[in-house]
Amino acid sequence: MSRAADVGTATQIVLAVAVAPMLVGVTRQTRARLEGRAGAGWRQPYRDLRKLLRKQSLRPRGTTIVFAAAPLLVAASTLAAAGLVPIVVASPTTTRIGDLFVVVGLLLFGTVTLALAGLDSGTAFGGMGASRTITMAALVEPSLLLAVFALSVPVRSTSLAAIVTSVAAHPETVARPGAVLAGAALVVAVLAETGRLPIDNPATHLELTMVHEAMTLEYAGPRLAVIEWASALRLTVLLALLANLFWPAGIAIHNVSAPALLLATVAITAKLVVLAAVLGGAEVLLAKLRLFRVPELLAGAFLLGLLAVTTSSVLSVNAS
Amino acid sequence: MLAHVLLAACTGFGLIVPAGVLLARTAARPVVAGGGTAVLGVAGVALGVQSIRAGVVPVRIGWLLPLSGAQFGGDALSGLFVLVVGAVAVAVGVYLIGYARDGHLPTAALAIIPGFVGAMLLVPLAGSVTTFLAMWELMALTSTVLVLTDHERAACRRAGLVYAVMTHLGFLAVLVGLVTFAAGVGSEVFAAMARDGAALPPATRDAIFLLTVAGFASKAGLLPLHAWLPRGHPEAPGPVSALMSAAMVALGVYGLIRIDVVALGVGPGWWGLTLLVIGATSAVYAVLQASVATDLKRLLAYSTSENMGLVAVGLGAAMLLRSAAQPAAAAVAFAAAMLQVVNHAAFKSLAFLGASTVQRATGQRDLDQLGGLARRMPATSGLFGIAALAGSGLPLGAAFISEWLLLQSLVHAVPSHSSTVALAMPLTVAAVALSAGLGIAAMVKAFGVGFLARPRTAAADAAVDPSAAMVAGMALAAAACVLLAVAPALTGPLFAHLDGVVPGLDGGVRWGRVLELSGLRGAMSPLGVLAAVAAAALLIAMSIGLTRRGRPAPTTVPLWACGAGPLTPRMQYTASAFAEPLQRVFDDVLRPDTDIEVSHLDESRYMLDRIRYRRQISDAVEARLYAPILRVVEAGAHLVRRAHNGRLHWYLGYGAVGLLIALVVAR
Repeated sequence: MSRAADVGTATQIVLAVAVAPMLVGVTRQTRARLEGRAGAGWRQPYRDLRKLLRKQSLRPRGTTIVFAAAPLLVAASTLAAAGLVPIVVASPTTTRIGDLFVVVGLLLFGTVTLALAGLDSGTAFGGMGASRTITMAALVEPSLLLAVFALSVPVRSTSLAAIVTSVAAHPETVARPGAVLAGAALVVAVLAETGRLPIDNPATHLELTMVHEAMTLEYAGPRLAVIEWASALRLTVLLALLANLFWPAGIAIHNVSAPALLLATVAITAKLVVLAAVLGGAEVLLAKLRLFRVPELLAGAFLLGLLAVTTSSVLSVNAS
Repeated sequence: MLAHVLLAACTGFGLIVPAGVLLARTAARPVVAGGGTAVLGVAGVALGVQSIRAGVVPVRIGWLLPLSGAQFGGDALSGLFVLVVGAVAVAVGVYLIGYARDGHLPTAALAIIPGFVGAMLLVPLAGSVTTFLAMWELMALTSTVLVLTDHERAACRRAGLVYAVMTHLGFLAVLVGLVTFAAGVGSEVFAAMARDGAALPPATRDAIFLLTVAGFASKAGLLPLHAWLPRGHPEAPGPVSALMSAAMVALGVYGLIRIDVVALGVGPGWWGLTLLVIGATSAVYAVLQASVATDLKRLLAYSTSENMGLVAVGLGAAMLLRSAAQPAAAAVAFAAAMLQVVNHAAFKSLAFLGASTVQRATGQRDLDQLGGLARRMPATSGLFGIAALAGSGLPLGAAFISEWLLLQSLVHAVPSHSSTVALAMPLTVAAVALSAGLGIAAMVKAFGVGFLARPRTAAADAAVDPSAAMVAGMALAAAACVLLAVAPALTGPLFAHLDGVVPGLDGGVRWGRVLELSGLRGAMSPLGVLAAVAAAALLIAMSIGLTRRGRPAPTTVPLWACGAGPLTPRMQYTASAFAEPLQRVFDDVLRPDTDIEVSHLDESRYMLDRIRYRRQISDAVEARLYAPILRVVEAGAHLVRRAHNGRLHWYLGYGAVGLLIALVVAR
């Protein structure tokens, strides 16, 4: 069991690493097609990464080790999160290392590292990006934690394995009011965490609207490649989390044999591609919110999360 | 026996070291004071460990206090707090050796610091009401004098006055509460009070609870009695702020636990709810103030209020859960609160020592005037970074573990027994989550704006790392932060014996490489998280290394300036700018005072001469709550003054009426 679970954990890490750029490619391509453009194809992010890796590494004058180490830390914390989230197997061997709170924390750790790097560059852009990112992170974090909490209350555990296993056994629980509200809060939080429309526009380089891009403006070459890949991985982890928390079909729960793993891999890849395409499609219809309207959206998500927790805990009073 | 020797050593050192400082040559005073404080701290740590392991057998010293005599004794709970005070004193003492050189602190302050530490060490060991109050007052007096060290500045005198008034009003509340308690039980010894406290009439218990909570909450800096904290901590000298914020404030929590959680026994549900509400409001409000503060020490002071708020949330949750007969979840909440106290002591002493080092090196504590310290003061910056990580509640930091435990206890609270619990828990989670998010913003601002980027003033540009003793003091605190963050297996035994002291708890946390909750589902491994991140980093670094072939050698280039000439440090974001979006979002709570003054040119009103922008954020609670109360008090004083008309027969008449009233009442 343990050996097979190890293989399953390794599989899902490799899968997350490999498909991350593809998901970004799929969203971009969907968007391009719906907007009537030909698009560069879903493989373009891979080509971009290869190009960046071949370029010279540049270090801006006056920056410290924080700037130099940030890409590595962002990528490492995101990769560690990818190992903890149930992507291919419901209970990876890492279950005892961390639960849902740890995953949220690790992703936030990456955000904070990048914000510090932005401040470290000592430019107006860096500070602007860092300030905006941190403001949003400070407001998204509570909604994310509340949504997580709402999903944990019916199971009485924050362990991702427990939540996913329970949902897989009783798929109807997803339709409970608490879970639905938590799902809505989670979707907004995921959009904010991954810097997608309507909160941040990943394609912009206009100083009025930049958030994530402003922080990474000073990066070039391999370091930029690592950051780009890490943000794709973050998208993958959060989409996989969303997919498996609410629709764990196909995931390898008790049976972690080779065919089961293969099935789970195919299932999650298909789910991720669908979600990425939906994301790209939705972005065509949405306009970016003004920066100071974003907190209103996030406050809405916070309230949804609060309602979700209240509903799930009050309903569980009535149930018992 | 060993415990009594250590107790005698702590008391003795607390008296001898101040005398030694006064007698020593001027040049030797810093070494005597700092070294003495550190030795006192080591004795405190040893005594704390001994008290946790085996307790301190009660001793009564009849001659030490008039009438009642002094009584000392200790259990695992006192031991934990003695250990915290002692450990903070060790780091601060070593730091002080370097800090006080060149006459940086007056002799009076140097002599009082060890006395202050001695008083703090004895507060948790007090075994009776009289002893406790005597030590409490000694602690309050010494700290007041220390806050007033820099009394030539008006702001400092004002802070000292506010502190002195608030700490004594708090003392009064505690005094009345404890005297009522002792009178009701018929004994002033804590052990007897803990035995009989639960049997008091409910109304008496409620009154004692409210009075003592008010008194101890003001010491712990909880809303709405927090106003002294953001004034006092920034004005006191660095090492004193570290002692006050990391150790003294924690003793307010000790008082809360000793009286309200332990001695009064398991109370009605609204007790826990009261603490929960006070704690949650403090945490959210204080962290909001911290995230918009630009004064580094004020930011840290508000963060103290926030952390104590989280501790109060933990205690309140523990009380509420044990009233609802859920001992396992209550035990986890209590453990979370205790771990938070220890974590806070470690990272806040480090952060205040770091801030005081910066203030000494640059003469500034305004973040808008700092920047670029990471290249000029690498040691201080690195150590402050550790404090910021430990305090921000991110994984790999110490506070993450206590916040994780707190959230676990809330998840596992089975709400089926009461709808109060069902409604209180989600709101608490919201408050904890909001304060966690904003706390990160505050710490990123403190570290990112203050230490990274480029220097905003010449003073910040000229800063250098301090002497070895100061770095060593900070390094000790940093080591504690790291240990608490990654090795709960080592620090766990400190909390293992608390269940026996606090009634109504059962189970709790199994401290090991993997943290587990006994009786509840939940596990997390801080060391595992560190290993996972480290392994991932290694893997990524290696893959980048593998693709190195054919890549040109790295090079250094100027920053991108949009093609418009050199960037100046003035173009960077400042702390105010960094926090501006947050301030806008929480405009309704913070109520900033903003003035924009636009003057036009005489020739045309379409052309501007200058725009002056001024913004000030004051404490909204202080402005809206304290000012009316002070006005009422002042009006009352005016009324009373009419009676003071200077005529002797009137005064004799007052005396006669007073005597009559007393006789009627006492009849």
